[in-house]
Amino acid sequence: MAEQKTVTFIITRQDSPDSAPYDETFNVPYRKNMNVISGLMEIRKNPINAKGEKTTPVAWDMNCLEEVCGACSMVINGVPRQSCAALVDELEQPVRLEPMSTFPVVRDLVIDRERMFDALKQVKAWIPIDGTYDLGPGPRMPEKKRQWAYELSKCMTCGVCLEACPNVNDKSNFIGPAPISQARLFNSHPTGEMNASERLEGLMEEGGLVGCGNAQNCVQVCPKGIPLTTSIAAMNRAATVQSFKNFFGSDNAH
Amino acid sequence: MAEHREYFYRRLHSLLGVVPIGLFMVQHLVINHFAVYGEESFNKAANFMHNLPFVLALEIFIIYLPILFHAILGVYIVFVAKNNVRRYGFVRNWLFFLQRITGIITLVFIAWHVFETRVQVALGASLDYSLMEGILTNPIMFWFYVIGVLSAVFHFSNGLWGFLVSWGIAQSPRSQKIVTYATILVFLVVSYIGIRTLITFAYGV
Repeated sequence: MAEQKTVTFIITRQDSPDSAPYDETFNVPYRKNMNVISGLMEIRKNPINAKGEKTTPVAWDMNCLEEVCGACSMVINGVPRQSCAALVDELEQPVRLEPMSTFPVVRDLVIDRERMFDALKQVKAWIPIDGTYDLGPGPRMPEKKRQWAYELSKCMTCGVCLEACPNVNDKSNFIGPAPISQARLFNSHPTGEMNASERLEGLMEEGGLVGCGNAQNCVQVCPKGIPLTTSIAAMNRAATVQSFKNFFGSDNAH
Repeated sequence: MAEHREYFYRRLHSLLGVVPIGLFMVQHLVINHFAVYGEESFNKAANFMHNLPFVLALEIFIIYLPILFHAILGVYIVFVAKNNVRRYGFVRNWLFFLQRITGIITLVFIAWHVFETRVQVALGASLDYSLMEGILTNPIMFWFYVIGVLSAVFHFSNGLWGFLVSWGIAQSPRSQKIVTYATILVFLVVSYIGIRTLITFAYGV
C-alpha cells in the first residue's frame, strides 16, 4: 500500500468562554474530496494531536452540510466561510482554523451568534400575518421585484459579513449588514410592506443603520453573493424618507 | 427624534461634513488661490472676507460649531472602528481606513492652522500675504501644510461619496462606482487649487 497522505490542521482552541485560546496541530489521514468538516470528524474519531498526545476532541457547530444553514462558519486560512463548503483540495496546507472573532466563543470553533438573532428582532425581520380571523391572501408581488428579493432571502445568518465588517466589534453596537438586508427583504414583500415603518424604526435605533461606515467588505465576502451594500444604501434612503415623514408628518408614514 | 439620538447625530455628522464644512473648505481654498495672481490680489480678497458683515457670527455658525461637532463625533467614530485592511485589502476598505487616518491628520492640521492664523490675527497680527509667506517659506511647515491640505481634501472628497451613500442617494453599485470616479475628480481639482497656492506662498512662483 502507498504511504498514507495526511492533511495538517492548525486549530485555535479555547476550552471555555473565559479561558485563553491556544493553537493545537493535528495530522489527519487524507481522503479524496474531503472538506474541513470531514477533517474535524476524523479528529473527533481519533483525538490525538501532532505530538502524539491524546487530547479532547475539537468542538465545532454544523447542521445542514450544504451551505444553507450558516452554522458551521469559521475563519479558514484567514477567510471567514462555511467549513462544509471548504474543500481541502482547494486549500493551502497547513489548514488554519479559527473561530470568528466577532462573536463570543463557546468552545473551540463554536461561537454564539445570538447578537444576530437579537438584531433580527430589533428590525422585526418577519411578516406578521396572525389575526383573530383569516386575513386572506396578500397582494401579489411583481415578478421583477421577486427576482431581487429572492437574492436577499438567501441570507442564512452565518455571520461572515459581521466578521469582515470593521465597524462590528466589541467597542461598537452596530448590528451589522445582514439584519439591514433582511429588513429590506421584508419591506419589499407586499404584505410585509404594511409594517415597513416598524422595521425602519428598528434600523434607526441604537446600533442601527448609521453604524455602517461603507467599508463594503460585507458584499465582497458574503458566501451567498447578497448585494448587502445595495441593501444598506436602499435602507439609508428609506430611513431618510421615513425620518422626514416622522418629523413633518405624513399620512403614508405607516 | 429623541428616541433616535444616535441616528440623528450620525446623519447630522454626515451632512455637516458637506454643508457647511466641505463648502467652506472649497471656498477657502479658492479665495486663497488669489495669491497666485499676486500679493495685492490676495490681500484684497482676504480683506474682503475678513470684513464681511457679521463675520464673527458667520465664523461661529458656519465654521467653528460645525467643525467642532464633526470633529468630536468623528474621533469617537475613529475609536469604535477595528480596521482590518491587512486581512481584507479591498479598495473600499482602504478608503474607509484612510478616511479615519485623514480625519485625524486634518483635525491636528486645522487646530494648528487656526492657532497660527485666525488666533494670531485676533491677537493683533495683520492678515495679509506676508503672514502666510512667513509660515510657508519654512520647508517643514510647507510640507506639513501640503499633507494637511491633501488630507483635508481627501477626507472631503471621500466623505462626499459617503454622504451620497449614507443618505441613500447613490444606491445601485453602478451609481456608487460613478460617484467614486466623480469624487476622485473632485479630489484632484481641489487638491490642485490648494497645493498651487501653497507653492506660491512658499516659493513665490
